[in-house]
Amino acid sequence: MKDVTNTQDLALLSQVAAFIWAEADMLDAKAYEDWLELWTKDGLYIMPMGEGEDYANSLNLCYDNDKMRRDRIGRFRQGFSISSAPAAQTVRAMSRFVIEKVEGDAVTVRCAEQLVEDKFGRQRLFAANTTYTLIRQPDGGFKIAQKVARLLNSDGMLTSLSYLF
Amino acid sequence: MSLDTPKFSDLDALYSADSKIATAMYEDPELFAEEMERVFKRTWVWVAHESEFPDKGSFKLSTVGLEPVIVVRDRKDKIHVMVNRCRHRAATVCEVKKGKTSSFQCPYHGWGYGLDGSLRAVPYPEQYGDDFDKAQHGLLKLRAESYNGMVFATFNEDAEPLVDFLGPQVCRYIDLFMKQGGGFPIKVLGEHQFTVPMNWKVQLENTTDGYHFPVVHKSFMQTLDGETNDMFDFLEKGKGWIEDLGNGHSVMVMIPELVDLDDNLDAPIPDRFAELAQELRDDGYPEAQVKKIVRAVGGAGFNLNLFPNVSFSLAFFRVLTPVTVERTDIRHLALGMDGGPAAANRMRLRLHEHFQGPMGFGSPDDAEVWERVQRGTKGGEALPILVNRGLIDEVPGEVGPKGHISAETGMRAAYAMWKRMMAQ
Ligand code: FES
Ligand SMILES: [Fe+2]
Repeated sequence: MKDVTNTQDLALLSQVAAFIWAEADMLDAKAYEDWLELWTKDGLYIMPMGEGEDYANSLNLCYDNDKMRRDRIGRFRQGFSISSAPAAQTVRAMSRFVIEKVEGDAVTVRCAEQLVEDKFGRQRLFAANTTYTLIRQPDGGFKIAQKVARLLNSDGMLTSLSYLF
Repeated sequence: MSLDTPKFSDLDALYSADSKIATAMYEDPELFAEEMERVFKRTWVWVAHESEFPDKGSFKLSTVGLEPVIVVRDRKDKIHVMVNRCRHRAATVCEVKKGKTSSFQCPYHGWGYGLDGSLRAVPYPEQYGDDFDKAQHGLLKLRAESYNGMVFATFNEDAEPLVDFLGPQVCRYIDLFMKQGGGFPIKVLGEHQFTVPMNWKVQLENTTDGYHFPVVHKSFMQTLDGETNDMFDFLEKGKGWIEDLGNGHSVMVMIPELVDLDDNLDAPIPDRFAELAQELRDDGYPEAQVKKIVRAVGGAGFNLNLFPNVSFSLAFFRVLTPVTVERTDIRHLALGMDGGPAAANRMRLRLHEHFQGPMGFGSPDDAEVWERVQRGTKGGEALPILVNRGLIDEVPGEVGPKGHISAETGMRAAYAMWKRMMAQ
C-alpha cells in the first residue's frame, strides 16, 4: 500500500480535500454562480451510467460541457422548472480521498460522496464514487477539468434529480 | 380474484361517457390488481427491442405487468419470452439484466433450462420417480411476436395476432419512426430509468399530452436555439394534430414536416446540425447520405403511443412498468444507428441526455408534475379528472377521432380501450 504519511503528499491531500469540501459547500448552498467559476473552459461534468469510461460514446445521466453547465444552472435558477422551484434540499459529505496521480499541473483524486436529499417530507440517500481531475492554477488554487460522479446505482432505477452531485 | 366476476362492474363510474375519470382510477389498490389481470395479462405488452439481445443466446430481463420475464433469442434466432421463475420452488433463474448464455440454471437446486425454456437437467432425478415429465416443467412461456424490431409478449393464448392488435395505421407509423436510423437499423444505445410515485395511467396519459409541453418544458425550450425552439413551439405555431388509431393507440403529430424523414431531403441543414454535417463530409460520406443521416439524428416529428406500455416518442422509446397502484417505473431508451457514424450517434446521445432521464432538462419536470397529480388526488375524492379537452372540435379520422394538437383525444382512446378490456 502506498505510503501516505509523507508530508508532501499530506499537504497535497489537504489542499485537494479543502477544494472539494468548498465545492461541496457551494453545491449544498446552491451557490451555482460560484460553482461555475471553479471550472476550466473545456471542463466536463459527467454522471455516467454503469462501469464504462468511454463517456462520449455512451449514454450518461449528464455529460456537460461549459454551455450545458450554464444552461443547467440557468434552468435551476430561472424559476420555470417546476422540479427546481423549489429544488430538493441536500446535505453531502465527501470523504475517503485518494490521490490517483499527479502529472504536471493535473491532480487526479477520487473520493466517496454521500448525499441525502429532502423534498415533500421525504428523504432519499445516494452514494457515489466521484473522481476529479484538478488543474493547479498560477495563484495556487485549482480548477476542475473533469468531474465524474458515478452513482452506486447509476444504471439502475433512479429518481429524478434537481441538484448536482 | 376470479376473472369472471368483475368487482368493478360500474366502469362508467370510473370513466364516464362524457370523458371524466374517477379519483379511484389512480389510487384504488383493488382496481390496480384487477387491471393487472384484465389488461396486462390479456393484451400485447412491449418487452424489448431486438437490438437489445442481438445474438443467438443473448437475453434481457423485462416485465409483463407485474411479472418478471426473460426475453431471449435461441440458437435458431427464435425469440422466447418466459416467466423468470424456476418450476421447482420458484427461485428466479436469472438476475443478470442483459447478457449471453447457453442455458439458464437455477441457483437453488440446479435445475437447468434451455434457451427455449424447456427443462433440460434435474440433479438426482431418481427421487422424482419414472413418471416425472420434464416436458411439463419448462419455464412458463408467453406468446411472443415482433413488428419491425419491437418485441411484444402476452399471456393470452387467444389474443389476436400482434399486427392485428396494432392495426395498419400503427404499423405505418412504426415504419416511419424507424426511418430515424438514417438508412441504418435502429439500435438501443442505453436507457435512463427512474421511478415515480404515480399510477401507471398518469404516465399513459402524459405520452399523448401536447397541452403540458409549453408549460412544463418551458425551461427546456429556453435552452434551445431559435429555430429549434420554434419547432417545439408546436402549440402556438404548429399545424399538428392528435389522432385515435384504434385499440387504445394514438399518434400525436407535433412536427408534420418530420413525419416522413425521407421527405424534403433537400431542405437546408439546420444550424444546430451544421458541425455534425461537416464532420460526416470530412469522414467521406457523400452529400446525399449526409443529409439523410443529419435529418434522422433529430428524430421523428411525432409520438406514437401504444396501449398499454410503450410510446415511440420523437427520438426514443418510453416504457412504463406498473409497480404498485401508486408507483410506476419509467424507462427512456436512447436510440442510434447500428453501424452508423459514431459522430451521429454521439449527437443522438447528447440530445437524449439533454431532455431525458433523471438529470435531463425535461424528465425531472415531468416526474414532478406526475407526482403532483398523485399527491393532488388525496383531496377532493369526489371531484372528477377531466380528459374532455378538444372534444368540441374533433373530426373523424381514418380509424378514430382526430383533434387539436392539445386535445385529450389520445387519452380518450386509451381509456376507451381500458374500459373495453376491463369489461371483458
Ligand atoms: S428452486 Fe430452482 S431448482 Fe429448486
Ligand atoms: Fe413532458
